[in-house]
Amino acid sequence: MMSSPPPRTPTVAARATDLSKVYGQGDTRVVALDRVSVGFERSRFTAIMGPSGSGKSTLMHCVAGLDSFSSGSVHVGDVELGALTDRQLTRLRRDKVGFVFQAFNLLPTLTALENITLPMDIAGRTADKEWLDGVIRMVGLSGRLGHRPAQLSGGQQQRVAVARALASRPEIVFGDEPTGNLDSRAGAEILGFLRDSVRTLGQTVVMVTHDPVAASYADRVVFLVDGRIVDEMYEPSADGVLELMKSFDTPRFRAS
Amino acid sequence: MFRTALRNVLAHKARLLMTVLAVMLGVAFVSGTLIFNDTLSGGYRDQAARNYAHVDVEVRSYDPSDKVPGLSGKALDEIARLDGVAGAAGRVGGSAGVVDRNGGLLGGGSSGMGANFAPGKDGKDPLYVFTDGSGPTEPRQVALDKDTAEQGGYHVGDTVRVAFRGPAKTYELSGIFTTDDTWVALGDSLALFDTPTAQRLFLQPGYYEYATVTAAPGTSNTELAATLRKLLPDDTDVKTGRQLADERARGGASDASTLSAILLAFAAVALFVSVFLIANTFTMLAAQRTRELALLRAVGASRRQVTRSVLVEAMVVGAVGAAAGLGLGAAMAAVARSTVGVFGTKNPDGPLVVTSSTVLVAAAVGILVTMVAAWLPARRAAKIPPVAAIGSAHLPATTRSLLIRNLLGGIITLLGAAVVVAGAGAGGSTAKGLVGLGALLVVTGVLVLIPLLSRHVIAVVQPLLRAGFGVSGKLAGRNAVRSPRRTGATASALAIGLTVVSAMTVLATTLGQSMDRMTTDIVKADYMVTDSGASLDTSAAAALRKAPGVTTVSKEQQSWMRLDGIQEDVSAVTPADFDKTIRLPVVSGSQDTLAQGQVAVADDEARAHGWKVGDTLPAVYGDDDKRRKLTVGAVFESNEVVLPVVVSADVIDPNATSTTLSRVYLKAEGSTNEKALADALAGRPGIKIDDRQAIRDEFGGAFDTVLNVLYALLAISLVIAVLGVVNTLAMSVFERQREVGMLRAVGLDRRGVTRMIQLESVVISLFGAATGIAVGTFLGWAVGEVTKAEIPRYALVLPWGRFGIFLLSAALVGLLAAMWPARSAARLNMLTAIKSE
Repeated sequence: MMSSPPPRTPTVAARATDLSKVYGQGDTRVVALDRVSVGFERSRFTAIMGPSGSGKSTLMHCVAGLDSFSSGSVHVGDVELGALTDRQLTRLRRDKVGFVFQAFNLLPTLTALENITLPMDIAGRTADKEWLDGVIRMVGLSGRLGHRPAQLSGGQQQRVAVARALASRPEIVFGDEPTGNLDSRAGAEILGFLRDSVRTLGQTVVMVTHDPVAASYADRVVFLVDGRIVDEMYEPSADGVLELMKSFDTPRFRAS
Repeated sequence: MFRTALRNVLAHKARLLMTVLAVMLGVAFVSGTLIFNDTLSGGYRDQAARNYAHVDVEVRSYDPSDKVPGLSGKALDEIARLDGVAGAAGRVGGSAGVVDRNGGLLGGGSSGMGANFAPGKDGKDPLYVFTDGSGPTEPRQVALDKDTAEQGGYHVGDTVRVAFRGPAKTYELSGIFTTDDTWVALGDSLALFDTPTAQRLFLQPGYYEYATVTAAPGTSNTELAATLRKLLPDDTDVKTGRQLADERARGGASDASTLSAILLAFAAVALFVSVFLIANTFTMLAAQRTRELALLRAVGASRRQVTRSVLVEAMVVGAVGAAAGLGLGAAMAAVARSTVGVFGTKNPDGPLVVTSSTVLVAAAVGILVTMVAAWLPARRAAKIPPVAAIGSAHLPATTRSLLIRNLLGGIITLLGAAVVVAGAGAGGSTAKGLVGLGALLVVTGVLVLIPLLSRHVIAVVQPLLRAGFGVSGKLAGRNAVRSPRRTGATASALAIGLTVVSAMTVLATTLGQSMDRMTTDIVKADYMVTDSGASLDTSAAAALRKAPGVTTVSKEQQSWMRLDGIQEDVSAVTPADFDKTIRLPVVSGSQDTLAQGQVAVADDEARAHGWKVGDTLPAVYGDDDKRRKLTVGAVFESNEVVLPVVVSADVIDPNATSTTLSRVYLKAEGSTNEKALADALAGRPGIKIDDRQAIRDEFGGAFDTVLNVLYALLAISLVIAVLGVVNTLAMSVFERQREVGMLRAVGLDRRGVTRMIQLESVVISLFGAATGIAVGTFLGWAVGEVTKAEIPRYALVLPWGRFGIFLLSAALVGLLAAMWPARSAARLNMLTAIKSE
């Protein structure tokens, strides 16, 4: 049914090396990311977790080419992002990266299908029909492709967003709290699709979340506190993640 | 509530900017017109007062049809001897063009004036103050006004040529003077001669046109006037300087107020256009502040209070706009006064007059227009339910059904169209009323329907946008129809201006072309010679006869006669030559009858007075009152080329006493050209030679000038419409920040975003322009249908070229309007845009 998944390789789809992001200067200086080094393996589902203000979203934005950074380096595939101009970054996002945001993923004037193919339309490319059909079938949107976002439920809208992120077969898909606005059932569906895209389609997914249940869908969880990676966990369970998170909230840890 | 409103205005400064600008421009147009009018009227009054400052009483008994050509020298002496009269100066004047060193005419392009220098006992003429030399006392002498002398670079003692009828004559410059004469102040040239010379040139030796009388000490001007009136014959006109000054000031002021009325009509269009922009702004502001307004309601504000708070905002905006507009209006009036002078006449100088009523009108117009425009949005804002404050979902702009609006618009438009068509078919004076009413209905209906139209019209161009500009084009097209009301209101502002422009252009082009067809049908001459001074006479015609290649010289004199008791202007021609150069568009009878001493009359005159071919009508003409009989030999279509009555010069002036010609038509063989003709006319400045093309332009060209003035007047409305487009786009970009951020995130580059906004702007502008052109063409057609009976050779002409230019300009305007909003959209920080709630 689907094109066969690419062989699992130990290579990374994207990585950050000594990545720092500093806002302001002098007294108002805030370090959002403090020499973070992390790699996101190909065909893996990685979750980035941390308390609010930990810099998890900033890390994702920097790696995804949405935000600039102060020092260090970021690679998506073989491309070093620090050297790219705004236009090259835009092109990278368009061709190599997929996004699912917490809310407002879709253009209200476009139909579901048009939203899904938007990045390819921007690039002026036609979608790989077979792949596109597969993605649409996977997220179960076949009957609703002609609908406008306003005619879809919140869960359906996020499914369209997932389909859009996957449609162009990007090197890596980033999710920024993709289930944050959904009820638990719809959220579980979305997380299921993201996991399936890794398992059956061989996609690489990186997701920022503060929800231990969401994190438990990932293959690996990276924990961020105060702009530093403090721990990681493979094949996580929701309870395990919750336990670890609680330990970060202790005064001892916060003080560091 | 007032404080809340004031804070809101301050908080939305940037978003209210366009509204303030629109109000400002509208008010500037109104107040500028009023200030211009008051200033000119004041200037004319001052100038007229100065002009007559040295005239106590003026006595005039000049009537060109009288046997006696004016005031005789004897009559003047009698006046001078009367009790209470200190002095009486006889005056006479006429056309006199001062020739510059290159053979052209000096002065403001209009014909110059000549007059006599009438020194009193002290050797001075109170009307003229000599700055150099002295007044002319010998026939070979002339004196010039200072401006003219400076323009020509003439100094006392120089030789100056002055043109009257016939070749220019040479004089010696005796002096240079200044004067308070109104026409000289307005830019005309004035040449003074000694009295006998002036009498010979302009009237008849021994006669004066009028006399200026100075009162003796102890006699008031009114007393003097009363005395003179008693003593002089009844048909003598006796007026004090004061009366004359008032009359002249009224004349100038009435010209100025006619102009003002036209300007105010265009100001009204501009204000009407700004209503759309203002209403749009307040609608959008209310939509953006839905939650805020709902919160006000939730904490206990009544609907009326919400409405009032929006209206107070409108009032503040209106007041600010009105104040700025008044300042700009004063500046515009000052500029207008000095630039109008560049084209020919100068305007009187003096201080700008800003009356308290102008200030009141400016304030009232600015505030009322803004509040009226904000009325509906304010009412709508009050209808926001308090619960909207709590709703967590982002409330989209109200999507009330357009059904009722569309039905209403459809009915009004169809009704209007039906009335117009009925009117166009009817004819007569009721037709004009019907077409006017129908036109108003159609325009209203289309404005009501414009949101619906926008959806369908833009849907048609959607594939083009997609094909031409990819995603940016597709999104632009979709965005343009997203909020049909808003798009509609924005496009309406442009449509109104272009409706007027297009209707006028269609009419002017149609009229111009029918005029042109008429001209080419009638005028068979190769050249037409006319005169801006008064030097075209029979001797000039004789000179042209000798020019190489000239085969026919057809002379036309303008005269008048009483035909069947009706005063008619007459073209007096030489039939044999006339036949070769002019083919009258004869309806009945024949042009050949002119040679038999019969008259040809225009059809509109013939209809009005019941004349037909073969009728013999009583006619009075020439220097005597003898009644003669003339037979109508032809009736022709009324036209611009000849006067309504054409007759042989042998009939009207058998002894050829009059030598002045109004026009000369020439037939020529190949060997001639304008240069040869001009050479033949050397020494007669101010004569103009038109070839065939120039003849066509002469008769049809006036429409182009009118059109250009019209375009200039509508420019302010168009500027306001552009502000409206900027406004709408800026608001839309603000509302769609998150979308733009998302598009940037998924890979649309800055250029793509810029292009998307630009295209949306261009699409809206083109839609507005196209709607305006369509409605304007319809109106132009309707007016043409009603008036075509009065226009010979009428055939509707659609100025496709101009329409193309309008559309192209609209597209450019769209690009221009998108500049700022597109830039700010492209510069959005996508992360904050996506996160912003």
